[in-house]
This record gives sequence, structure tokens and C-alpha cells, in this order.
Amino acid sequence: MIAERGTRVLNNVQAINEALDLALGRDERVVLFGEDVGTMGGVFRASDGLAQKYGEKRVFDTPLAESGIVGFGIGLAMAGLRPVAEIQFAGFLYPALDQILSHLGRMRHRTRGRFTVPMVIRAPYGGGVKTPEQHADSPEAILAHVPGVKVVIPSSPERAKGLLLAAIEDPDPVFFLEAIKLYRGVKAEVPEGYYTLPLGQARVVREGNAASLLCYGGMVEVCLKAAEVAAREGVELEVVDLETLIPLDTPTIVASVQKTGRAVVVYEAMRTGGFGAEIAARIAEEALDYLQAPILRVAGWDAPYPPFSAVEHFYRPDARRVLEAVRQVLVH
Amino acid sequence: MGVETVQYLDDTGQPLRDLPLSHSELLQGYRALRRARHFDERALVLQRQGRLGVYPPFRGQEAAQVGVALCLRPDYDWLLPSYRESAAALTFGMPISKLILSWRADPAGWGAPPNVNMVQFYIPIATQIPQAAGVAHAQRLLGKEAVAAVFIGDGGTSEGDFHEGLNFAAVFNAPLLVVVQNNGWAISVPTRKQMKVQRIAERAHGYGIPGVTVDGNDLVAVWSVAREAVNRARAGGGPTLIEALTYRVAPHTSSDDPSRYRTEEETERWLKRDPILRMKNCLLHLGLWSEDQEAALSEALEAEFLAAVEEADQAPEPKPWEIVEQVYQEMQPDQQAAWKYLRGEA
Repeated sequence: MIAERGTRVLNNVQAINEALDLALGRDERVVLFGEDVGTMGGVFRASDGLAQKYGEKRVFDTPLAESGIVGFGIGLAMAGLRPVAEIQFAGFLYPALDQILSHLGRMRHRTRGRFTVPMVIRAPYGGGVKTPEQHADSPEAILAHVPGVKVVIPSSPERAKGLLLAAIEDPDPVFFLEAIKLYRGVKAEVPEGYYTLPLGQARVVREGNAASLLCYGGMVEVCLKAAEVAAREGVELEVVDLETLIPLDTPTIVASVQKTGRAVVVYEAMRTGGFGAEIAARIAEEALDYLQAPILRVAGWDAPYPPFSAVEHFYRPDARRVLEAVRQVLVH
Repeated sequence: MGVETVQYLDDTGQPLRDLPLSHSELLQGYRALRRARHFDERALVLQRQGRLGVYPPFRGQEAAQVGVALCLRPDYDWLLPSYRESAAALTFGMPISKLILSWRADPAGWGAPPNVNMVQFYIPIATQIPQAAGVAHAQRLLGKEAVAAVFIGDGGTSEGDFHEGLNFAAVFNAPLLVVVQNNGWAISVPTRKQMKVQRIAERAHGYGIPGVTVDGNDLVAVWSVAREAVNRARAGGGPTLIEALTYRVAPHTSSDDPSRYRTEEETERWLKRDPILRMKNCLLHLGLWSEDQEAALSEALEAEFLAAVEEADQAPEPKPWEIVEQVYQEMQPDQQAAWKYLRGEA
């Protein structure tokens, strides 16, 4: 269906801006807010021009208070609106964790469906662009551990647009994490007009049979690069973009590992307790008999993301480290 | 009570000046106070019988809650209470049977009926204030004149969410009532260790909104102050911070022992300022009430309560698989797997 539409080449920020524009135009209940999202159009320009187009009742700036932003959005949502909040950087989400844990994900459950929170929280995350301290965090595992929310992390403009529109339509709260590295780092054909892509489906972005690289967001680009290098040596790696962490598409992950017999999970958050551990556990539970090597994780180190840009590429997984892990699993 | 505290009745219930409520409102208010007290007394008995879970009593704080709830329309306005606000919930329209179930921690008691816009009691402190600001702001975006009312205690004003929520409400001119029941104690911590300010209502100036301190044991005062704030909010005048000076004469919860942190003398002093005694004396003074009416009211309240207990007792036992229901609108694969297991189907 998407393929039949006309397309244009857009980067991720442009695709997200287009999705927000379409959502605001389509559903009067959609409101967009956060710090600097209004007049300025967002620090990354994701909401560029939207306050001017839809007015300050629909697209507005808020006081600088993350807990306030999330709590305010919960209230708007309970009262019948479709709030889309922006937290300027995912590393700034922490003051809102009480709202997120105690209410955002729990409101439906604690009121037995009487009040629900169909809210989207967008936040740029991840490293690779030499940001200051705290701007490069990847808190997806913290968010994935909150019952009642969904966690979506797109890796391309076409996917970002359709997934964001699906997140806004979704009856439950959705975290929509956008890799800062990909905002302007990738460009691709994006279908015109309104379309949604289903949440909860992983997709195989490159087929192969030597090993499975399981990744999401900013790491998809890294894994595809690694797969290209490996292919030159005749090693065909399969790259699976998880895309939605919650709900997780376990069958697609398991099917890939059953095919290749080897798994490397790649994510840029700290290794211990990261979401990659969850992937490894599910593979161990459901595909152990197919494994020909231990499941390896390539991740950030167990340290805060380095605030000194000169060394950040030693923290953030790159193709070289992914290939090292691939070599290790191929030994078996 | 300082001079800046709004008061209509003296400590014995004698009117200090003309009352801003009609005779029928005074009677309605008294009945609501008595109904709340009756619930609280009987709830504690149920708790001692093991027929209720941990229960946070509100004895002594009836007027502070009832006075605000009487100004609200349950199918139009919104109430976001903390755990000590069963009196507000009851007056706002929550059925007694639902409240009993709620304090039994039975999911059948979670979630108000469709015609009562009350969010389930909040347990974390002050988290509902930014949410109430959002609920209130949404009313204006939706073109309604509805207001939201939110209750916390004095301890809650130390939380960041209290300040963020009030600031949001102020900036967006949201139709919100933030009612702080300053009852002197946050469990065992007295107000003087909680804050340096004398009056919580003074904080309103920091947000650029009106703040008022009211005698929280004087129903007439609370009702009139809340009515003024509701009317202003409906007319687009924005939020109000109301500080109701009151006292928790009962323990923090049915598991608390207040003798570890406060004196009996202090409690006795406040028992003499009981909001129900004061209101009853006011009605007697005005010739609006008799002991016969009192007896008839007690009887009616007991009958209503017993019927509600019976109704609550008939609610079906929660099923184990309800644990994973209502996590998402549609059960996702992980909940579905758990649901099947809990039903014995996997």
C-alpha cells in the first residue's frame, strides 16, 4: 500500500515533522507541547512551523519542568485529548520517572480502564554527535521496564513517519525515541500522505545465514555497515531491526536465530541490565537448541556515556566492535 | 486562627457574621458531614474486623473535604484526591460500596462510575497536581467550563510536583483548585519541620495566583471559599490555592500509632474544634435542627452503610488473571501468555 504512493527523499527530522503535521491536521484532539517546541519549532526543528500553522492552543511551549510536562500530558490525555509531548533529550527524562512509573503506564490498570493515557512522549536519544554531558543517554531499558507503556525506536525516515502516526493513534502511552545521530544522518524515500506502520513488529532489514545481528535505532546503521564489510569476506549476516521494544516481536527474533544459529545483540546503552540482556534471555529460552555459539552483546560500557567527545566513539558500538563479536561467534 | 484566616463560625459553632449559605445549604452541608463521619467510623470498624485493608481515616477533616466537593458537579468537574480523601470522594458521588471495595484493594472498587469524574485515590504524594493542571487545561481546550479539584496534605507541598503543577496551572490559567489540608502532620513529621513558611497559602504569590487560608474545621468557610474559587475558575480566572487549617485527630492509617510522635493534649484541643460539632451547634443556634432529626439521620446513615456493605460483599472475588488485564487496551503477547497461564490454560 505504501509503495503505491509517491515518495520524496527526507531525513528523519523532516519525516517526523511531516508525521506531526499530518496528525495535527487529521485529529483535533492532538496537541503538541514541550520546551521550545512552539515558536522555535524544537531544538532539532521537529515541530518547525507547526505552532504557526495550528496556533498556540494546539502547539505550545511549556515551563521547563519534565515531571510537569509528563504529568500535564497525563491529565490532558485522561480528559480526552491526544497529547504528544517532547522531552528535549531522553537524558532529561529522569525527573519525570515518578510520573512515568506511578501513573503514565499504570493509569489504565489502577482505574480499571476508567481513565487511560493515549499519550506519546518523543525524546531524542543516543550518541555519536558530540553532545554535552547527559545529552547522549539511551534510557530505553528503564522505559521498557515500566508496565503499561510501549517503546518504539525507529531507524529510518519512512519507518519513523509511519510508526509515529501509529503511536499517536495508539490507545496506550508510547515512548518514541529518536536517535539523534539519524536525525540528519540518514535520508531516504518517504511515502507521501498519511500512513501508519504496526507497532510490535521487528523486521529483517538484511538477510543472511552466518549470524543474526539484533539491533534498533541508531545501531541499525552500524550493523548494516558491519554486514557490508562481512559480506566482502563472504560472510552473510542477517540484520534484524527490532523497531518496537515493547511489545517485543519475539517470533521474528527467534526465527532469525533459528536460521543462523548465532546471535549478536547490539545496543548503545550500558551493557549490564540493558535491553540486549532481555533479547539474549528470550533467545536462550526459545532457541537454545539452535544456538551454535554463546549469545554476545556489543554495547556501551558500564559507565556513564562519556562527556568528552574525543573518546565517545570508544563507548558507542561501531562496525569494528560488531565484527569482532561476529568473529567470536563464528569460531564456534 | 490568624486574622487572615477565613472563618464564619467560632470554635463552638456560633456564627461570627452573616453566613453566605442558605438554610437548605446549611442542612445539606451538615448531612454531608455526618455521612462522611459515619463512613469513617464504620470503615475503621470494618478494618478492625479484617474486612478492609489498610485504611487512612479522615476524622476531623470532614469540613475541609466536604466543603469543596459540594461545589463540584461529579459528571462535569473533576476530582483527583489523595488517599485521605474518602470524604471528598463520597460527597462527590462515589458510591459507598465502591469505596469499601477500593479500601479492600479489590479491583472492583478501582475506577469511578461513568458519571463520576474521580480518579482513583493517589498514593504517591503530589503527583496528581501536574495531572490535575492538565485535566483542567483540557477543559478549556475542549470548550467546557468544568474545573478540576485536587487535594493533598501539608507534607505534599514539599514535593517538586506541587510546585511544577501549580506553576503549570498558573501559566496556562487552568481552572484548578489546589486544596492543601494542612493537618499539622505528615505521618510523624510536624509542619514546622516540613517548611519554613507560616502559611502554605502564601506560596500562591510565588506562582502569581490567588491563595487563601481558611479554617478547615468550619464548613461554612470552606464551602464559601471553594465556591468563590470555582466560580472564578469557570469564568476563566484561573487556579486558586486553598489552605485549609485542620487536624488529623486519628492515626495516619489504621497501622499507625500517633502516641509515638504527638501529645494527647494537642489532639484533645482539636477535638473540641470538631467540624461536625461546630456545624451542629450552628444549626441548633439557628433553630434548624433537633435531636430527633439527629437520631433519624443516624438511623438512615446506618441503613445506607449496611446496604452498601452488603453490596460490596457480593462483588465477585478478583480473579488471578485480572492481574494482566487493563495493562494495555489490547493484551500484548507477554500479557496474553501470562493470562493463559493464570487461567490454567497453558
